[in-house]
Amino acid sequence: MRITCPWCGERDHQEFTYRGDAAAKRPAMSDESIEAHQAYVYDRENPDGAHRELWNHTGGCRKHLVVTRNTLTHQITLCEPIGPWAKRLKAAAK
Amino acid sequence: MTRYSAFSILTNALRGNRDWTPAWRKAEPKAGYDVIIVGGGGHGLATAYYLASVHGVTNVAVVEKGYLGSGNIGRNTTIVRSNYRLPANSDFYEKSMQLWRGLSHELNYNVMFSPRGVLNLAHTPGQMDTYAERGNQMRLNGIGAELLDRDQVARLNPGLDVNGSARFPVVGGLLQPEAGNARHDAVAWGYARGADKLGVDILENTEVTGFLKEGGKIVGVQTRRNGEQADIRAQKVGVAVAGSTGRVMKLAGVDRLPIESTVLQAFVSESIKPIIPTVTTFGAGHLYVSQSDKGGLVFGGNIDYYNSYASRGNLPVWEEVTSELVAMFPNFARLRLLRSWGGIMDMSMDGSPIITTGPVDGMFLNAGWCYGGFKATPASGWCFAHTIAQDKPHDLNAAFTLDRFKDGRPIDELGAGPTPWYH
Amino acid sequence: MSGFRLNLRDGVGTAIDSASTVTFIFDGKSYEGLRGDSLASALIANGISIVARSFKYHRPRGIFTAGSEEPSALVTLRKGGRTEPNIRATEVELYDGLIASSQNAWPSVDFDLMAVNQLPGKAFSAGFYYKTFMGPKMAGNRTTQFWWLCEQLIRRAAGLGKGAELPDPDRYGRMNAFCDLLVVGSGAAGLAAAELAANSGASVILCEERALAGGALTSAPDFIDGQLARDWAADKCRQLVSHANVRLLTRTTVQSYFDDNTFMAVERVADHVPTPAKGQVRQRAWNIRAKSAVFATGALERPIVFPGNDKPGVMLADAVRRYAVEYGAAPGKQVVVFTNNDSGWLAARDIARTGVVVAAIVDVRPDVSDVARGAGEDSRAKVFLGSAVTRAKGFRTLSAIEISAYNELTGKVGDTRDTMGCDCLAVSGGWSPAFHLTSQQGTKPVWDAELQAFLPGNPTQKWHGAGAMCGEMGLQAALETGAAAAEAALSEAAVPAGVADIPVVDGDRIDFAPAPVFEIYTGKKSFVDLQHDVTADDVRLAHREGFVSVEHLKRYTTMGMATDQGKTSNLTGLAIMARARDLPIPEVGTTRFRPPYTPTALGAIAGELYGHLKPDRLTPMHDWHVANGASMYANGLWSRPESYNRPGESVEQAYIREARAVRAGVGLVDVSTLGKIDVQGPDAAEFLNRVYSNGFAKLPVGKARYGLMLREDGFLFDDGTTWRLDEHRFLMTTTTAGAGRVMEHLEYHLDVVWPDLKVAIASVTDEWAGVAVAGPKSREVLKACIKGVDVSDKGLPFMGVREGMINGVRVLVARLSFSGERAYEVYCGAGWGQALWDSLLKAGETFDVVPYGLEALSTLRIEKGHVAGPELNGRTTPLDLGLGGMVSNKKNFVGAALLKRSAFHEAGRLQLVAIKSTDGQKIVGGGHLVKGSLENPGESEGHTTSTCFSPELNCYISLAMLKQGTARHGERLFATSPIRNRHVAVEVVSPHMVDPEGGRMRG
Repeated sequence: MRITCPWCGERDHQEFTYRGDAAAKRPAMSDESIEAHQAYVYDRENPDGAHRELWNHTGGCRKHLVVTRNTLTHQITLCEPIGPWAKRLKAAAK
Repeated sequence: MTRYSAFSILTNALRGNRDWTPAWRKAEPKAGYDVIIVGGGGHGLATAYYLASVHGVTNVAVVEKGYLGSGNIGRNTTIVRSNYRLPANSDFYEKSMQLWRGLSHELNYNVMFSPRGVLNLAHTPGQMDTYAERGNQMRLNGIGAELLDRDQVARLNPGLDVNGSARFPVVGGLLQPEAGNARHDAVAWGYARGADKLGVDILENTEVTGFLKEGGKIVGVQTRRNGEQADIRAQKVGVAVAGSTGRVMKLAGVDRLPIESTVLQAFVSESIKPIIPTVTTFGAGHLYVSQSDKGGLVFGGNIDYYNSYASRGNLPVWEEVTSELVAMFPNFARLRLLRSWGGIMDMSMDGSPIITTGPVDGMFLNAGWCYGGFKATPASGWCFAHTIAQDKPHDLNAAFTLDRFKDGRPIDELGAGPTPWYH
Repeated sequence: MSGFRLNLRDGVGTAIDSASTVTFIFDGKSYEGLRGDSLASALIANGISIVARSFKYHRPRGIFTAGSEEPSALVTLRKGGRTEPNIRATEVELYDGLIASSQNAWPSVDFDLMAVNQLPGKAFSAGFYYKTFMGPKMAGNRTTQFWWLCEQLIRRAAGLGKGAELPDPDRYGRMNAFCDLLVVGSGAAGLAAAELAANSGASVILCEERALAGGALTSAPDFIDGQLARDWAADKCRQLVSHANVRLLTRTTVQSYFDDNTFMAVERVADHVPTPAKGQVRQRAWNIRAKSAVFATGALERPIVFPGNDKPGVMLADAVRRYAVEYGAAPGKQVVVFTNNDSGWLAARDIARTGVVVAAIVDVRPDVSDVARGAGEDSRAKVFLGSAVTRAKGFRTLSAIEISAYNELTGKVGDTRDTMGCDCLAVSGGWSPAFHLTSQQGTKPVWDAELQAFLPGNPTQKWHGAGAMCGEMGLQAALETGAAAAEAALSEAAVPAGVADIPVVDGDRIDFAPAPVFEIYTGKKSFVDLQHDVTADDVRLAHREGFVSVEHLKRYTTMGMATDQGKTSNLTGLAIMARARDLPIPEVGTTRFRPPYTPTALGAIAGELYGHLKPDRLTPMHDWHVANGASMYANGLWSRPESYNRPGESVEQAYIREARAVRAGVGLVDVSTLGKIDVQGPDAAEFLNRVYSNGFAKLPVGKARYGLMLREDGFLFDDGTTWRLDEHRFLMTTTTAGAGRVMEHLEYHLDVVWPDLKVAIASVTDEWAGVAVAGPKSREVLKACIKGVDVSDKGLPFMGVREGMINGVRVLVARLSFSGERAYEVYCGAGWGQALWDSLLKAGETFDVVPYGLEALSTLRIEKGHVAGPELNGRTTPLDLGLGGMVSNKKNFVGAALLKRSAFHEAGRLQLVAIKSTDGQKIVGGGHLVKGSLENPGESEGHTTSTCFSPELNCYISLAMLKQGTARHGERLFATSPIRNRHVAVEVVSPHMVDPEGGRMRG
């Protein structure tokens, strides 16, 4: 698979480390409930089809990105920047 | 149905093999059953068999989307072992070992269980201690285990590089002498034939497209068969669909589970004369290899990490697995890879399975096998049948619930945490 | 002994250099071949008919094809560590001194006693093993032992060739390549595609499996633009390689097709020479990423199945043609062609043109085209229309055939049989497009009723089929579709395509559609899979027993599972099953081809990793350690000193001496392997406060703090000290093993969870070298060499961090203690590591400083009860390890919520304790804590984690996890290790065995 890192360009997926479902959102620091954290840590939709997932470009810029990939075909349709600089990159692209 | 034996083979051969009958009936679905098992793989078929043979529940259907045994039962690397560290695992897998030993007789089908030994290589004294701890736990649980030093390992596996100058020199290993291999397809076919003989209907090419619900309780399945829709009712529905757990459970309204599906690739070399006697695993990476009766080296390693329902993987795993294999056995470098394939693994959050009542009323779930499901087949079927028949888990699978994640009782053999692709 | 070398002349032996003789050895006997020969053509030319034995029945096998699809002619090549079993003789380029031998036969391939396997006859049919060998019913394990005994005998008989016993001495390489267009196959279609792409300025990689590019053009009698096909191909190749943007790789098979047009091709760099040249790799794996691809992989001829069809001498028609034309090797003196399509007739004509006698052409069709008729006349063969070969006869090899009238519609065979002498039967049952690569990617093939074959289907990735691969048969169609495919592919690669100049073919125009005849059935034994001895009756038996799905058929009979993966047999087997089920072929299905296309050396896939699996990680002081007697220990990828062993000293003696010296005086240990992460930014303190379970918000500048990091599920993840260097800057240390995963953990939280935090981090593990100076005299050592730091308790208190200079090297020094003694960790830039080490050693000379290794380091921390890797096993919580005090209840942090779960607070959990040997015996690693004896130990109540001899306590000790251990200090138990036959009486004690109040490290 080829992943287009928003920062580095198109690279082999071998350069990246998979970090799983991007839908798993950690509860806010103000939320200390067990239930919310359980859902975050354990429960996954595991869809057959489009999957938004996190990859860390560990063999490159070491930034995370959100990849939209079809789990049935492995086809990647979108690679989005994430993190503190994502907005700036998006703005620069415009 | 013909009983299989050397005698039946001879008499049939004399009649030109014309009188053999199907190993299992091509059954037509009834309107309803006591139990429907979704998934005609190893675990589903074993469950049906033990429901009929142990619990006397014979009004059972196994519903399979494709051909029988089309999933992981026919795609694995056929390793059978119970060399586990955690008591819940070692008790469960040892039950499986006991069933494996008598399985060919019980089913009147040679599943070719071959107790040739499973050897885990150690590359540092620290790793030897880790193996010793595991081996001692096995011994304390009544499971055979031996700690081998480097010379003993070398004698067992003559091609192995035990040279001190290797990148990860071998210092010894943990051997479970009674572990080994079995013929994967034969397990599916043997259970199918055994279950069929006891009256179980095996419905191939029958896809479950939904679940029948009445007042929140599952009362059957909707199916598509030869292009036609049909409802089949059942008092209880067991789901044993491994890599497809996510999609099947969604049909029952269960949108989220502590499971993710990933691809595991497996590899086989060309057939050669016997070259390694045991199942051998590499301790400085992730690689397991054994030699099939046909002579092919059957091996595999890590999963492809990312979520996937495609039964094919990618190149990095090829490079990783082959490089580890030739690091262990530098005399294998000129042997040739014949074929590789992929299976979809239901990776659970702690690397251990789920055999449980629920999560919906009227339903039972068997899932989360990661890539260790083959060896579990007999015990999984046996425990799942018990759970379905008695409406509660057996002691052997009492720990394998979904609740363990809520309560904080993961069965995490590797201590790798709630990251499914690390297990 | 029927094959022979033809008189080489123009058009006969086109690939052969008739002037250059090559000597080779087959089965110990020396033969002569010619340069350009394949091993197969040389064996044919030398009249060798039986070269192998089949897998199951050990029946004689000859040469069946002329390419990589060969099922039968498997030999073992070379000797010693270069031994290669199961090599297809059809693919081996002959070189001087080549050594090949037959395999899977005893005593010889001509007379193989293992052929007794045939005696059980029909009993040894599909499913045989499943139905027997269960053995007598016996109690316990013994029921399985019967099969185990049988299996060992069966395994010995099974298997093909023998693998090497010695390591492969050769090297392998890897290339990463990128291109706009990958063209697979250099026949007419491939060359046309490559040419258009090359002229359009695209970067092109063109791969050809054989040594000679050209595919079918190398032996085609046709003319292209007035030039003989093979000359045209050679010219085209010359033009192509003159383009800077084209790379032609011959002897290169594109084996595997992965996601996003990633391909693995293997180039056989030095398989056609005796040994690779110095520095040369034997094979090279090409990882090719292509924007688009054109598959011009052609089609594979398939046979017709009939009784006796496995006799050596029965070959595919095109193979016979190619041996005669390309290699000038006639596979027989009297050739008969048996076909169901026109291509067999052309083969007959071409074979006859080389001077070989074609005695007859047998075609199942009652009538054939004028082109075929004309070719038949040219061949001067006797023609049998509406007829079939109903039997191949001969002792071991083919000597005659029977021909009967045949009705292609009903499959009925006539009553009368003509027998005709013949030593080579050239069979053509039609052509199957070679769409293996597309199938690997999961593209479902579609049935073509006219060609009686599957076609590749619709692409799911960026590829385009051309020529016979997608059913476009014939050279003209290949040239046209090749250019068209390239045009489509270039638009995908965003390269504007030039105008294609399609050449004109002058040659045979035939209809390749065969009669739908796959098997001539007379009730006698005929083979579908030649290598695995799967008969047509086996297919029917599988049907009878319900194994009717294609996958069941394959698995039950092993059809198509041999080393050729059924390239020439799968469709025939499928057709026989379809007939048995009375269904059209496409409804029975098709199996999916899996990678690789042909068997691929494991060494080639491992590439440069063969011989050196993983990088070595060495600290800056590595060479010093080795030079000073250290035995090195692998810690992940790192190499660390275990202990510095003096002459005659064991590791245990050495580490005890080293540990004593530290407690009594001072020692130095290399701690450069610790993970180090630079954490900077205005929110750095807040960030650390969130990822550690204990408080970090108020850590003053110039101070370090020990921190516990949890996973979100509440279990311990890692530990280490973090130093506040500045208001907004911290240096975090992690465990050696945990460095990578901690870094990823932090990155994840900064990028994904709290992107609003203004923090940047960088891994600086390799930037810093570190030395721990430990022991009561450590201060003296430091004082003697450091400048700019007041090392008094006031100037540098416990957990204090300062910057200074040692011998001109800038250092960071922190007063930390893993050993429990007064101690300092001194860090400097990695390039100065050895200088720092030397300075500290020199400064320590007067205090008898000793270097100490991992074992002593471990001993000191075990005595102190400090946890490390074995206790942080991913299943322990801070509470389990007695570190509950480090879990803040004043803040939220990673793992806080789930740590509150009920199971973590139950009685009966394993808790950290220490044990002391009370009977003087050594506590070995990996033991369990029990109440009973070695023979009758009872249940495990816990296990040891880190063991050593304690010089301080003068006995063997260990840290251990024990059920409710905290409440059990003083209890007597046994540390048992049945697997090592050890059973040691122990006393449970507090893990803090040395200086529990911590006065030594603070004072």
